[in-house]
Amino acid sequence: MPGILVVAATAEGALSRSSLELVGGARALDASLGSGVSAALLGHGLGSTGAAEALHQHGVATVYRVDHPALTAGQSDAYLAAAEQVARTAKPDVVLVGADTVGREVAPRLAHRLAGALVTECTELAVEGGAVVVRRQAYGGRALATLVVRGRPAVLSVKPRSLDAPEPAPVAGSVVDVDAQIDPNALPTRVREVLREKSEVGLEDAQVVVSGGRGLGGPDGFKMIEELAAMLGGAVGSSRPPADAGWVPISWQIGQTGKTVRPALYVAVGISGATQHVAGMAGSRTIVAINRDPEAPIFGVAHLGLVGDYREIIPPLIARIKELKAR
Amino acid sequence: MDIIVCLKQVVDPELPARDFAIDPATRRQVREGRPLVLSTYDENALEVALQMKDHQGAKVTALTIAPQATVGDTVRLALAMGADEAVVIDDPRSPELSGPARARMLAAVIRKIGRYDLVLTGCESADLVERLIAPLLAEELGAACVTFVARIDAADGPLVVRRQADEGYHVVEARLPAVLSVTSDEANRPRLPKVKDIVTAKRKPVQIWTPGDLGSMADDGGVEVRDVAIPQRTGKCEFLTGDPAQQAEALALRLRELKLL
Ligand SMILES: Cc1cc2nc3c(=O)[nH]c(=O)nc-3n(C[C@H](O)[C@H](O)[C@H](O)COP(=O)(O)OP(=O)(O)OC[C@H]3O[C@@H](n4cnc5c(N)ncnc54)[C@H](O)[C@@H]3O)c2cc1C
Ligand SMILES: Nc1ncnc2c1ncn2[C@@H]1O[C@H](COP(=O)(O)O)[C@@H](O)[C@H]1O
Repeated sequence: MPGILVVAATAEGALSRSSLELVGGARALDASLGSGVSAALLGHGLGSTGAAEALHQHGVATVYRVDHPALTAGQSDAYLAAAEQVARTAKPDVVLVGADTVGREVAPRLAHRLAGALVTECTELAVEGGAVVVRRQAYGGRALATLVVRGRPAVLSVKPRSLDAPEPAPVAGSVVDVDAQIDPNALPTRVREVLREKSEVGLEDAQVVVSGGRGLGGPDGFKMIEELAAMLGGAVGSSRPPADAGWVPISWQIGQTGKTVRPALYVAVGISGATQHVAGMAGSRTIVAINRDPEAPIFGVAHLGLVGDYREIIPPLIARIKELKAR
Repeated sequence: MDIIVCLKQVVDPELPARDFAIDPATRRQVREGRPLVLSTYDENALEVALQMKDHQGAKVTALTIAPQATVGDTVRLALAMGADEAVVIDDPRSPELSGPARARMLAAVIRKIGRYDLVLTGCESADLVERLIAPLLAEELGAACVTFVARIDAADGPLVVRRQADEGYHVVEARLPAVLSVTSDEANRPRLPKVKDIVTAKRKPVQIWTPGDLGSMADDGGVEVRDVAIPQRTGKCEFLTGDPAQQAEALALRLRELKLL
């Protein structure tokens, strides 16, 4: 029964949020295609993670599991081999892969190996007139492209935080163990070390993100931003120039090249609002912009605008929030 | 070490919005009359190659698929920055080709060039942002693949690179030949060519091939571009007024109303 195959992975010992988002996308497609959703669950020591159960809880009946010691953080070649093995077993029409560090290497290579069609970095998936139709940003977020995917299997990589995680919809499920025969010594790349950068709250999952841009003038400006973020219980992000200049870790960058976030509150401080930045934050529920230039394009996407020097606005803002929270 | 760097010419990504338009016939960005530049991260990829050349010796070949009529500046810049030679696949239709079709074409040329230890690309093209050329080239060439490489940590023994990752960096060891896509980093800010380099660049070899030299590879890969739309943003910003303290006060109250405090 060919259908939709979600390539799922774990993070911090549980099914990753991106994998759940893919399940949401797959279920929406399946509502029209009706050919069923299965998942390739890839990792090591999966038994203790509850990931297969979580997939069943969210409507995925068949879980093809590859549990192999080579499937460790960042080991793309191993994930590719495992995903390929499952795809050859399940013979899906559509394969969904999260466009994260590993997924952006895996998806194109998997499409190539399966001689399928490929669209990367999708932000919307739909079935229109029986055809699989996807949308993705183009031209630095200035345009939205709509593509009809006719080739099969259709391998689609999906930008994290573009789709909603689905509501639970429990099904009686089964787990099929797939033997992927990965020889760790034969893999062309090997991750020697994972270097984590500091971030108190996972940026992509934070409900509040306070971001600083070039307008902060230097790393010191970020101290104020970090204080405001801490006060709001949120994470700190940045536009590209501070990350490029090394004022902040590159993993804080939000936008086309950086991360996509959709928090309840996004505060942009000293950020002009270039389309490449907006591409990564436009889905935020409430957007606040603080910028001394009233003509800055960021005010075109913001809901609340404060025109002025951030150095004069943020300190009284922090003080006032402190007071309100103390009450 | 033989290094091939894939360079894409794009319409300046920082073009003002009023100059941005989609051609309804090709469903691609209108290029006529717009400034064309080297795609942002391709300059970083070239810089990485040139640093390897400076430090340990390497031959650096710049490779681009582009309409020859417009590609001059890109090639001249690459040679002036320090590439040893350039190969241009002159394809007037290249701006309309799908990513997989361009990857097949690049792979065909690289196989023809024959000698390479490393192929470098940008981590994403500034216009389409597909991030697929490097992984597809790796498959086509049977080479190792690492994307979003911020730096090369070692190249004298096994190749060790630092890949930008969701949570920080991965230190990755890769076999040669390898295809690496390069992202920007403090360590790979593109150099500016000196006047003398611009002059000597004129004497460097540029080979021009046509797609016909590579066999047929036009194919949409089973994906049809139906529409490329420019979403209109409806500005709905409410400005909070007053002096900085009053604005801060107003914002704090609004955040509480929105239950964000
Ligand atoms: C291929 C490509 C990919 C890209 N990817 C990304 C990406 O992922 N993320 C990203 O952000 N960008 C990205 N960019 C860059 C993007 O085009 C912009 O250059 C960048 O977003 C600008 O950053 P900025 O707003 O911080 O700086 P600027 O555009 O320089 O804006 C600074 C702002 O700060 C304001 N300001 C200055 N001083 C103060 C003050 N004291 N108080 C208050 N306001 C002040 C100014 O009025 C100005 O609006 C990309 C570009 C390309 C070509
Ligand atoms: N027409 C082209 N000629 C040469 N290199 C290209 C071309 N198109 C894409 N590339 C390379 O592939 C990289 C990634 O592009 P993309 O996969 O489109 O995001 C670019 O940064 C270039 O290095």
